[in-house]
Amino acid sequence: MLKEGQVRIPSGCAISGMFSKAGKCFNGEAIIKSIEIMHDRSNGLGGGFAAYGIYPEYKDYYAFHVFYDNTAVKKECEEFLHRHFDIVLDSEIPTRKIPQITDEPIIWRYFVTPLPAKLKNSHLDEKEYVVRCVFKVNTRFSGAYVFSSGKDMGVFKAVGYPEDVGRFYRLEEYNGYCFTAHGRYPTNTPGWWGGAHPFALLDYSVVHNGEISSYDANRRSIEMYGYKCTLQTDTEVIAYIVDYLNRKMGLSFQEIASVIAAPFWQTINKMPPDQKARAEYLRNIFGSFLVTGPFSILVGFEGGMMALNDRLKLRSMVCGEKDDMIYIASEESAIRIIEPELEKVWSPAGGVPVVVTLNGGNA
Amino acid sequence: MGINYIVPEYRVVRDPDRCIGCRVCERQCANEVHSFVPQTGKMAADDAKCVNCHRCVSLCPTGALRIVKNEDTFKINANWSNKLMQEIYRQADSGGVLLSSMGNPEPYPIYFDKILLNASQVTNPSIDPLREPMETRTFLGAKTKKIQRDKDGKIIPNASPYLELKTPIMFSAMSYGSISYNAHESLARAATELGIYYNTGEGGLHDDFYQYGANTIVQVASGRFGVHADYLDTAAAIEIKMGQGAKPGIGGHLPGTKIVGDISRTRMIPEGSDAISPAPHHDIYSIEDLRQLVFSLKEATNYQKPVIVKIAAVHNVAAIASGIARSGADIIAIDGYRGGTGAAPTRIRDNVGIPIELALAAVDQRLRDEGIRDNVSIVVGGSCRCSTDVFKAIALGADACYIGTAALLALGCHLCRSCHAGKCNWGIATQRPDLVKRLNPDIGYKRLVNLVEAWTHEIKEMMGGMGINSIESLRGNRLMLRGVGLNEKELEILGIKHAGE
Repeated sequence: MLKEGQVRIPSGCAISGMFSKAGKCFNGEAIIKSIEIMHDRSNGLGGGFAAYGIYPEYKDYYAFHVFYDNTAVKKECEEFLHRHFDIVLDSEIPTRKIPQITDEPIIWRYFVTPLPAKLKNSHLDEKEYVVRCVFKVNTRFSGAYVFSSGKDMGVFKAVGYPEDVGRFYRLEEYNGYCFTAHGRYPTNTPGWWGGAHPFALLDYSVVHNGEISSYDANRRSIEMYGYKCTLQTDTEVIAYIVDYLNRKMGLSFQEIASVIAAPFWQTINKMPPDQKARAEYLRNIFGSFLVTGPFSILVGFEGGMMALNDRLKLRSMVCGEKDDMIYIASEESAIRIIEPELEKVWSPAGGVPVVVTLNGGNA
Repeated sequence: MGINYIVPEYRVVRDPDRCIGCRVCERQCANEVHSFVPQTGKMAADDAKCVNCHRCVSLCPTGALRIVKNEDTFKINANWSNKLMQEIYRQADSGGVLLSSMGNPEPYPIYFDKILLNASQVTNPSIDPLREPMETRTFLGAKTKKIQRDKDGKIIPNASPYLELKTPIMFSAMSYGSISYNAHESLARAATELGIYYNTGEGGLHDDFYQYGANTIVQVASGRFGVHADYLDTAAAIEIKMGQGAKPGIGGHLPGTKIVGDISRTRMIPEGSDAISPAPHHDIYSIEDLRQLVFSLKEATNYQKPVIVKIAAVHNVAAIASGIARSGADIIAIDGYRGGTGAAPTRIRDNVGIPIELALAAVDQRLRDEGIRDNVSIVVGGSCRCSTDVFKAIALGADACYIGTAALLALGCHLCRSCHAGKCNWGIATQRPDLVKRLNPDIGYKRLVNLVEAWTHEIKEMMGGMGINSIESLRGNRLMLRGVGLNEKELEILGIKHAGE
């Protein structure tokens, strides 16, 4: 059977996220509890977490989380990393051996910064340099896969039920201001760790529930801009679109939402003229990045999080608020289990993004 | 009198029990097939003159007429078909080039018919277009991605000039001269009502039709007929015609006998003179020259209008398209070898060019490989015969489709492929006033509107079935397509998988 990346595998899912607007840090136990209650929305073929604010002592370094199939490719890949980066620390990512998680690859973590001379000669900005190196590893070294590459954040994922994955990675030992989680229900059994969510590039991470019908239109368009969709998953393509629109095009997350889940023309037609002109412009110019079909996504980024439903709201997604905390999940139960006393609970309308940032910062 | 070697292709069969001798057929046939024989008091028919346009059949009040294939045959020969033999006789008679009209009718593969569509099941819901918005609005033009913001940080809409279509279908270029005034009026009014565009072809724009300018694409072709400042200013877009699918590599020739009255004035050439469009543009011998014409036209219209470059689908179409995408053009129109024509040498029409499906797939992929697909929109024609052809073309990567033959069929054309004779009984491909008036533009435009609306409904149904609710999510979405009965190479070029994969 073909591995993920060689064949496109649709999947259903559960997502959950929690965010402290005040930047208070909490450990990963709550998010595990939240995703665990939605156990039936996963089928044990993938689970994962993204955590922000977890590496304060190395926050100026890109944290690479890498899966290796064997030590030979690890050696080869490390030679590549050494040629391109100053590696200030590398170590195995601590895990807990539990019977539910098997067949683990070698899981390594590196804190890196680009070698100044290499970076200068590349004529690229720093982030683009990092992105290109990540793509090089993921496409050139068979058996090596960088699945997390942001600063002061990290992705932890595996094949298994998400609550087991969280315990496997000892998430209770990490403290961050934002966690997102994902439980996967793929309609195939690839059994590859890289295929689990979240999908991340730099500090952008995406967890996603749904199956988008615009996939190949989106993929073929984003690949024109230097991205390579090696996994053939919806989540990967959405992550690249977010990176492209935010980092390269400079669109805000509100604007990104009106590209990915663009307002219907019947809504645009009722807007005041200048707002209408801008909405029409985004649909015209970035039409290829409109995502159709059911989805609810949580996009994590440095200092913020965005939740977004497809414009018809074909997937459930609920938000809850208490003090400075915001909770977003596929089901309300996943919020109530960790915070029974919510001040506010609501279901965002299709295509209407919920964007939260640290201390009301810009996004 | 010499021997007549030609055997009529069709026979006119008249049911004597039904015929009431009203002589409608005789009056309706510009080819003078039917005649009344006073001696017998009956109608007669000259099969040799019949082009099988079905005008008489449609108008016969008693249903007495049928046109059937003539069963008479030369000795059967797998190598020398009746058709080939007749063509030899005809050329031996005249010494001339064989002429034909409309698109290539030969039995080459039709790739659209070997592609199947996807639909949602279980993992992704289909969407009901009767209950939910289903969007077909399409923009054609360069998607220049340069975000500019005002002092408040709001985006300044700085899109390059573009066309906005309510549905991704346009009427392709057909000149006034090759088709009638009434046919043009029907197309112009239909385009206006539909929120799409029609195309003047290389015949200029009749004074009466300037009022439809907002829905008009004007063509600049190698003869430059009818091109002047007002013509360019009035249009929504300007199309440079480099080639035509029915006759790649050659020009056009409207005989002087058709250059009369308004046509002469609209084309800006003297009455009775032949309108000869040269094979190449004599100011474009290479790609850098094309760039100059693109920018000359933009300069002349103050950079307010998108420029389309239309080419025929030929073998190296992808490389040509790549050059055009870097020429400053906003839209590339590609015309497949099945595309129609008012007149073309038969040998050219039937043997030059490649299928539009393959050309489109190759161009779209090539432009993406080079990262320049957003420089241009792609419009394809020749031939999109139904809503599924349009749908499949968009999924292969087209932004919109041109329809010509289908539009003429809506106006009554029966594809008798005799446009070059100028005696169109349906009032379409003729300038004879008595024939032109048979096409009522009030009815004709409505039939065009009906056709495009019907196709749009069908497109929405198919989009909804696959869980897509806006046309841009279908564009280039090749995973929604599967081939049946195609070989590896064909699948590779089309960029699609085989059914079952």
